[in-house]
Amino acid sequence: MNKQSNTYTIVYITILVIVVGTALAWVATALKPEQSRNANADKMKQILSSVHAPLGDNKQITDLFEKNITGIVINQNGDIQQNEDAFDINVANQIKLNADERKLPVYIYNDDNVGKKYIIPLYGQGLWGSIWGYLALNSDGSTIYGAYFSHQGETPGLGAEIEKSEFQKRFDGKQLFKDSQFRPITVVKAGQHPAGDEDYVDGISGGTITSKGVASMLKNGLLPYKQFLQNLSNN
Amino acid sequence: MAEKVSNKKVLFNPLSKDNPVIVQILGICSALAVTAKLEPAIVMGLSVIAVLALANVILSLIRNTIPTNIRIIVQLVVVAGLVVIVNQLLLAYAYNVSKQLSVFIGLIITNCILMGRLEAFAMSNKPWPSFLDGIGNGLGYTIILIIVAFFRELLGCGTLLGIQVIPECFYQHGYQNNGLMILPPMALIVVACIIWVQHSFNKDLQE
Repeated sequence: MNKQSNTYTIVYITILVIVVGTALAWVATALKPEQSRNANADKMKQILSSVHAPLGDNKQITDLFEKNITGIVINQNGDIQQNEDAFDINVANQIKLNADERKLPVYIYNDDNVGKKYIIPLYGQGLWGSIWGYLALNSDGSTIYGAYFSHQGETPGLGAEIEKSEFQKRFDGKQLFKDSQFRPITVVKAGQHPAGDEDYVDGISGGTITSKGVASMLKNGLLPYKQFLQNLSNN
Repeated sequence: MAEKVSNKKVLFNPLSKDNPVIVQILGICSALAVTAKLEPAIVMGLSVIAVLALANVILSLIRNTIPTNIRIIVQLVVVAGLVVIVNQLLLAYAYNVSKQLSVFIGLIITNCILMGRLEAFAMSNKPWPSFLDGIGNGLGYTIILIIVAFFRELLGCGTLLGIQVIPECFYQHGYQNNGLMILPPMALIVVACIIWVQHSFNKDLQE
């Protein structure tokens, strides 16, 4: 057989592609359940990090999440939407919609030792890619109990420091409401003050654009929840 | 007997005298990207060893059937297939590391070491030597990655594998992590230092 002929070449590459394609399809299908378990556990881990919950392996995380966290979905008027699963809502997609169409997930963490916490998911842009986070609030709807941030590909050692607890700790205890006015917390350059009277934390030196990204993520992400938080603080 | 010696050389030469990164200067791009921390560097190295060894064996097995004019395409299809499989396995069993490595696993496909070894070795050798060649070159690549990552993580973050090794009292006396170490240029400078040290000990490599 002539191995250099066109027919041979075409048949050869066709068979090769079919074999490789089948193998890949099989691998992808076989590993899918394990992968989505990992992805879900990772999301649960991030949510639990914001309330300083103890973390273990995937199973412990899933158990803890299912035991202590319930998700609700609200709209911007603070009304609870039925038949929605908070965990399945993709915040990155919701952020593109108009404010009145958005579905707003809230995770409620209930633990006998620390009480009820409300966890709000956030999503925004850093310097190189997306950043996201979870902000846990006390049941007064104003005091920040804990924060968790992560990123896709911020500069290691600079912007990427937002995922370190040294940065996240700075949010603990800050207030979202000042004199009953909604003033989402902001991030400023170390040593500076914001123009308004809102609470602030120091940004990361060398990670200015990422810090600004966190500030605008907090502002844009928390604003739709204003009514919901107001209701909480009035109760 | 002669074959045994050559097999040994095939396996061990790439570690130093014929190292893909510091002698042949291949695969520099990923040496730069994944070496800010030790853990991703190790996983990246292991992934390259696995892909390179398997691709070498597969290509060597089918080397006599491949039509010459599409041999590069065939090599690419095999490598791409293997890389996707490795990526899927990492997503399933080493999710956190896979998140850190993100696109770089996918970019193994474009790693020059792979194409170089496939074209230069696997296409003209039997499966067993090809397998050893893949392991050898993969190890040669991994060693450099680990050395670079060791210095970058130690000096840049004060940690190794995420564990703090520089004691807290150093920081209290004014020691600071060198932020420059985790930026890409330092990867090249560390690689250059390794090349310098290795060449100064190896008379054969001096020009």
